[in-house]
Amino acid sequence: MTTAQKQTSQVVEMITLVVDGFEVTVPKGTLVIRAAEKLGIQIPRFCDHPLLDPVGACRQCLVDIEINGRAFPKPQASCTIPVEPGMIVKTQLTSPVAQKAQQGVMELLLMNHPLDCPVCDKGGECPLQNQAMSNGQSESRFEGTKRTFEKPINLSSQVLLDRERCVLCARCTRFSEQIAGDAFITLNERGALQQVGIYEDKPFESYFSGNTVQICPVGALTGASYRFRARPFDLVSTPSACEHCASGCDMRTDVRRGKTLRRLAGDDANVNEEWNCDKGRWAFKYVTAVDRFTQPLVRNAAGVLEPASWPEAIAAAAAGLTGQRAGVLVGGRATYEDAYGYSKFARVSLGTNDIDFRARVTSDEERDFLATYVVATTTTYRDIDKADQVLLVDFEPEEESPIVFLRIHKQVRKRALKVHAIATKLSIGAEKLNANFVKVLPGSQSDAIASQELTKLSVILVGERASESAGTLTAVAVLAKKSGAKIAWIPRRAGERGALEAGAIGNLLPGGRPVTDAAARVDMQSVWGVETISSTVGRSTSEIFAAANEGKLDSLVVGGVDPLDIDNSAAALAALQKAFVVSLEIAPSAVTELANVVLPVAAVTEKSGSFLNWEGSARVFDSAVADSNNRSDLRILSAIADAMIKPIGIATVSATAREIATLGVWDGERSTFSKVKAVAPVALAENEAILTSWRRLLDLGTLQKGEGNLAGTARATVAVISPTRAAELGVQNGDALRISNSVGAITLPALVEDIHDDAVWAPRNSLGSELLAKLATASGSVVTVVKA
Amino acid sequence: MSDQIEPMKSHELGLNNVEYTPVVNEGPSSFFSQLKGFGLTFRTMFKKTLTVEYPEVKAPTAPRFHGRHQLNRHPDGLEKCIGCELCAWACPADAIYVEGASNTEEKRMSPGERYGAVYQINYLRCIFCGLCIEACPTRALTMTNEYELADDSRSKLIFEKEDLLAPLRAGMLMPPHPMYPDMTDTNYYRGEVKEAHPSQGQQQ
Repeated sequence: MTTAQKQTSQVVEMITLVVDGFEVTVPKGTLVIRAAEKLGIQIPRFCDHPLLDPVGACRQCLVDIEINGRAFPKPQASCTIPVEPGMIVKTQLTSPVAQKAQQGVMELLLMNHPLDCPVCDKGGECPLQNQAMSNGQSESRFEGTKRTFEKPINLSSQVLLDRERCVLCARCTRFSEQIAGDAFITLNERGALQQVGIYEDKPFESYFSGNTVQICPVGALTGASYRFRARPFDLVSTPSACEHCASGCDMRTDVRRGKTLRRLAGDDANVNEEWNCDKGRWAFKYVTAVDRFTQPLVRNAAGVLEPASWPEAIAAAAAGLTGQRAGVLVGGRATYEDAYGYSKFARVSLGTNDIDFRARVTSDEERDFLATYVVATTTTYRDIDKADQVLLVDFEPEEESPIVFLRIHKQVRKRALKVHAIATKLSIGAEKLNANFVKVLPGSQSDAIASQELTKLSVILVGERASESAGTLTAVAVLAKKSGAKIAWIPRRAGERGALEAGAIGNLLPGGRPVTDAAARVDMQSVWGVETISSTVGRSTSEIFAAANEGKLDSLVVGGVDPLDIDNSAAALAALQKAFVVSLEIAPSAVTELANVVLPVAAVTEKSGSFLNWEGSARVFDSAVADSNNRSDLRILSAIADAMIKPIGIATVSATAREIATLGVWDGERSTFSKVKAVAPVALAENEAILTSWRRLLDLGTLQKGEGNLAGTARATVAVISPTRAAELGVQNGDALRISNSVGAITLPALVEDIHDDAVWAPRNSLGSELLAKLATASGSVVTVVKA
Repeated sequence: MSDQIEPMKSHELGLNNVEYTPVVNEGPSSFFSQLKGFGLTFRTMFKKTLTVEYPEVKAPTAPRFHGRHQLNRHPDGLEKCIGCELCAWACPADAIYVEGASNTEEKRMSPGERYGAVYQINYLRCIFCGLCIEACPTRALTMTNEYELADDSRSKLIFEKEDLLAPLRAGMLMPPHPMYPDMTDTNYYRGEVKEAHPSQGQQQ
């Protein structure tokens, strides 16, 4: 027995009790209702939820309890009482008193509950319906008039409340307060008029509000998008994984006749527990958008894109790529298997290392950092649970990886986990985590990182925005080495970690094998059956575009990349114009207009595969829409490679998964990380500031298209300045502020907040604040800020 | 080859050994018993005719005959169907497809919040058992006595909502239109709305 095991066995004391005549042994602190569950005895309940604090609000779980011969005078709520030695519990199965008490509570709950079942979305999957059948009486004695309320009312644009149906279990309010940290809803009034309500001045703009709909045990809270759309028996449910961010939520996708109608959070204790964010829950309409491509397009001699057959399009793509110097841009949305397909396609069919999955602002420092400290490492949610401190570097968990936020929030609430946030602006999320906010000027993060005191148990969470300021990742690497803290790199997009492991980047082959290492290349050459793999480190995204502009690359294979995600979008568009472009995408984009061959690909719900979340663990999913005609990227790449007579030989996800499994992880030398010095801040003239930004969870993202109810709860677009600057400019909250540079200008309402005096913050891609499109920069550059 | 079944030889079948009962042919029956048979025929000639010359003449069905379905209306013309799908749920043949939708103030098809936006019955599947009628909570779905449901293509036998909706009777207005003034969906279900109010047509 190891020391750790000894400690656990000392800590966990087991208690034996009797439930309905059966003995059961459970850890101390277990609630009676769960001890009964362990025996398979179901006590009816509404308010009880294993992840929320007990409250005993609904009184449905009443049982008879006796401790060491002394019985409680009345039935007790089994969801609030922890087990004790010598306890004898009699549930409704053995105690007529408990049975009568439960039926009485059920009768009272149903007294004011409307007979809405035929029109209620919950009908058919409703705990109240089910438990009224199993534990209620068949006839009601109530003859009075039921209490009525106006129905439904909007708690937010996406959550509707039907107050008549509410059984006041307080699950939603407890979730909002305890799990999400957004105490935006509460129980108002008392007695028969008690109801869930929102504050007058604070809208229910929680990123996690959808969970309240899922855990509502009656139909009181319903989602606006799913309202009246289907019944549970219409839906075919498929376990799936979320494609929206790198958190890697387990999901359930419900499809009716080939159309996704809703997505629910799945149950994975290691990752998302039972929660997910509103984006993952409601942003799926892009799949069924009317502008989806239905067939391939090929640019004809006159320069017009024309619909073509698959063989024609594949032949055109192969003709344009064969014998050419080509680069591959994967985009951050590809599944692990698709990314592996791109990676193999680049090396085997195109013979190049010019491949990059990072469709955003990048740096060589980041590429080396990923190869040295991130690929093939595992830092997990469990590490956050065990951490003594968490350091957030250029990472806004609530906006960029919401489940990471929930996990940190849980630990902050449970054991006051210390969180340090090195950020350019204080955020709502950091405030909710009670974080020690280390305010930095954009570009000067490295000094603040260096001054942190961490231990071996600490975890450093680095966001993808760390690549935007030179020296930040170097400082992280140095700090981790000094303190022994674990590093976790948390990108925003779901496919980035998988693409990294699949070698869809210039300096790595699959499994973290450095391209510069001869042994690593030999590994891959033997698996792939090719004679040579180039030993030069490939170009990055911006370098690929630059090379195409200079005529050093002839063709580009683009897999769902938005040129406006890159800081130099003009160069990107020029490169796409100049080169022969094969674009694999689901709907028209800026690339489509410039592409020579457009190949429609399957969306996530239409294909199987896996994503690697930020931990590096596989989130496998099957296709939810079984009869889709759309093909995965992998299948199409494989067809192009066949047409080029340089086959990659992996046309299916299962074949790819097998090939990846045979590879294993690189056990040789890792590439070395060369330190990069931070750039000294530039001197600022009057009215000048350094721009900083991040993307909000709900913004103008491509995958949120067509979901108006979701967009309704996006946070307001504002430009944030410090009190000092506000005083200088004579600006107050809400006044219009103009941010401009040589490219363009945007005007936003001002918000005075805790930010460096020399900085200005704006959301990166929200309505009215499309920084990369309008200013061609997202952070670190000098802009002029004036009162508009 | 061992797992292949070998054909049996004819001598193994033992056709000659099969037991059988020989048929005894007794010849034509007696004149008297033949006369008895014809007697029945003659007597029937003087009885009342039960058959009709369909399709020129159509006999009425039994009053509770299970024929084509009908989606009923409230007396002011609003649809009774609330799109709850209980009929589809009850259907043992999976013949009914329903999609619900929200009523809005501008476009109200039924009293209350919800109406059936899509309603299809597939008469290739329907077995006319009437479980859907029992399941309907608003008496929106009933069966008529219409039995002429043959057609020449599969698609024609999938009846849409407009094929199933009851015709507008006197005093009814074609929805969408608002509910009767000062009445709620509960009043509608209790049958307290007797006909359309003049204002319901104007507000449209």
